[in-house]
Amino acid sequence: MTTPLHIGFIPLVDAAALIVAVDKGFAAAEGLDVTLVREVSWSNVRDKLNIGLFDAAHLLAPVAIASSLGLGHVKVPISAPFNLGLNGNAITVSPALQAAIMAELDGDRFDPMATALALSRVVAARRKSGAEPLTFAMTFPFSTHNYQLRFWMAAGGVDPDEDVRLVVLPPPYMVDSLASGHVDAFCVGAPWNSIAVDLGVGHILHFVSDILARAAEKVLAVRQSWSEKNPQIVAALVRAASRAAGFIEQPQNRAEAARILSAPDRIGVDADVIQRTLDGHLKISPDGTMRASDRYLLIGREGAGRPDPVQAAWLYAQMVRWGQASISAEALQIAKGVFRPDLYDAALGQQGKGADAPDTIGAFAGPAFDASDIAGHLAAFAIQHRKS
Amino acid sequence: MGESSPKIVIVDESPIRAAILEEGLREAGFTGVVHISEMQSLLARIYALDPDVILIDLENPSRDVLEQMFQVSRAVRRPIAMFVDQSDAASIQASVDAGVSAYIVDGLKKERIKPILDLCISRFNAFAKLQNELDRAKSALEDRKVIDRAKGILMKLKGLTEEEAYVLLRSTAMREKKKIGEIAQSILTASELLK
Repeated sequence: MTTPLHIGFIPLVDAAALIVAVDKGFAAAEGLDVTLVREVSWSNVRDKLNIGLFDAAHLLAPVAIASSLGLGHVKVPISAPFNLGLNGNAITVSPALQAAIMAELDGDRFDPMATALALSRVVAARRKSGAEPLTFAMTFPFSTHNYQLRFWMAAGGVDPDEDVRLVVLPPPYMVDSLASGHVDAFCVGAPWNSIAVDLGVGHILHFVSDILARAAEKVLAVRQSWSEKNPQIVAALVRAASRAAGFIEQPQNRAEAARILSAPDRIGVDADVIQRTLDGHLKISPDGTMRASDRYLLIGREGAGRPDPVQAAWLYAQMVRWGQASISAEALQIAKGVFRPDLYDAALGQQGKGADAPDTIGAFAGPAFDASDIAGHLAAFAIQHRKS
Repeated sequence: MGESSPKIVIVDESPIRAAILEEGLREAGFTGVVHISEMQSLLARIYALDPDVILIDLENPSRDVLEQMFQVSRAVRRPIAMFVDQSDAASIQASVDAGVSAYIVDGLKKERIKPILDLCISRFNAFAKLQNELDRAKSALEDRKVIDRAKGILMKLKGLTEEEAYVLLRSTAMREKKKIGEIAQSILTASELLK
């Protein structure tokens, strides 16, 4: 007997493992009859998962944690038995801001400390001349994009709440807003950075993998209560997604995966643009400059699929740093408990993380992350806005 | 806000649906209704209006922009989401089904929100029904055009009157258990192929 499931997703390349699992028949092979529902906002995905219209969802990792902590919204405990991807975002800036940063750059253009310091000089010069503050867009208050932008600019001395405007913008509006000058830069997932470059309105300044070596991005999210009642279905979903992730990671399968993802009711952009993202080989400038990175987006390799509670702790630490959450040992436990390597291992008959999965965040600034001492870790950062 | 009419903002890119909703709210005595259809600088506009209730359709990606209101603690009154109150599951379900979401400023009494939300749900459903009927009417019109063209082909090829051509179409549809429009379409396709 097959189990009918409704799973929500946002049209982004990091939904790849989920979409391929369904469209390539891996989910059906596990006895699951999945209907994928394309959504327009993270708020919709979260709410429909919370009230049970969705059985599972492609979800921003920080939203899963915020929902479990009841931050800003209804408290609904979420479990993430599978990590849909590590990294995959990029920071894209307008041609004018690119030129301004490059003019101030003292160091390597892909060194985030060099660019952050250059940004702080640009910001200072603008303030002196009475220009409007720069506007940076990201996708959601509880998003990796928000924390990645903040982490980067704060390392160079730019206060993200005082020195620039940081605004939420739906991904489909990002490119237009950059072109029209409503924003000067954005941090978003694929394919939007590439689209801005292809249209000649933006330069990719950084892959987020320049900022953090390993950053949990989207998770496969289920309600904790539902997952406890349906352990077999959860295991079947994990196996199907894991098989799809393995499929996508094989270079000879990338063209097929990109074609599947490019369908109008899936991501709905050119297969070519999607494949560049999967390959980690991106055009970063309208003049055709290419940049390759084997860390741009990790879908299955290096143990990317296995949820890592250290990642959840890091995300929680960012919520604390920027005043979204209060610090407490209990909240930290809840946050870490959202990421469920135990469910992943049970589904795949695996024990512990693989030898190829490094246990690190790998941030370019600050001390190595210590999940057991969030307060001590955060003390090392000069700019922060903790809840009073 | 007092006991006077709460200030309501409708964020909707569909002018017709917004008008239907606005009219319903006014009829029910909610006079302070403002419609925003332009998504650029949405938050700035909302802050300037300082509403008690914000209604937004679920097809609007800018819902995520509204979520940012939870983050801003400056001079803005704190909004809370409709979904905060889990006690009213039926109402949440009904509004999601209808495709509308509400954000309500903290402090507005629950019994004052309920009628607004109920009205929204019924107007959103009415709009969806209207849209369906419109789509059906459109496809009926399409069908009629196709049938007219098929009749023309039959009249020309078989020397039939218009009446006879129609009878032939109808009897074929009945025999094949198909719609007249489908039979007409296959005649059009066949005549394209045989050109």
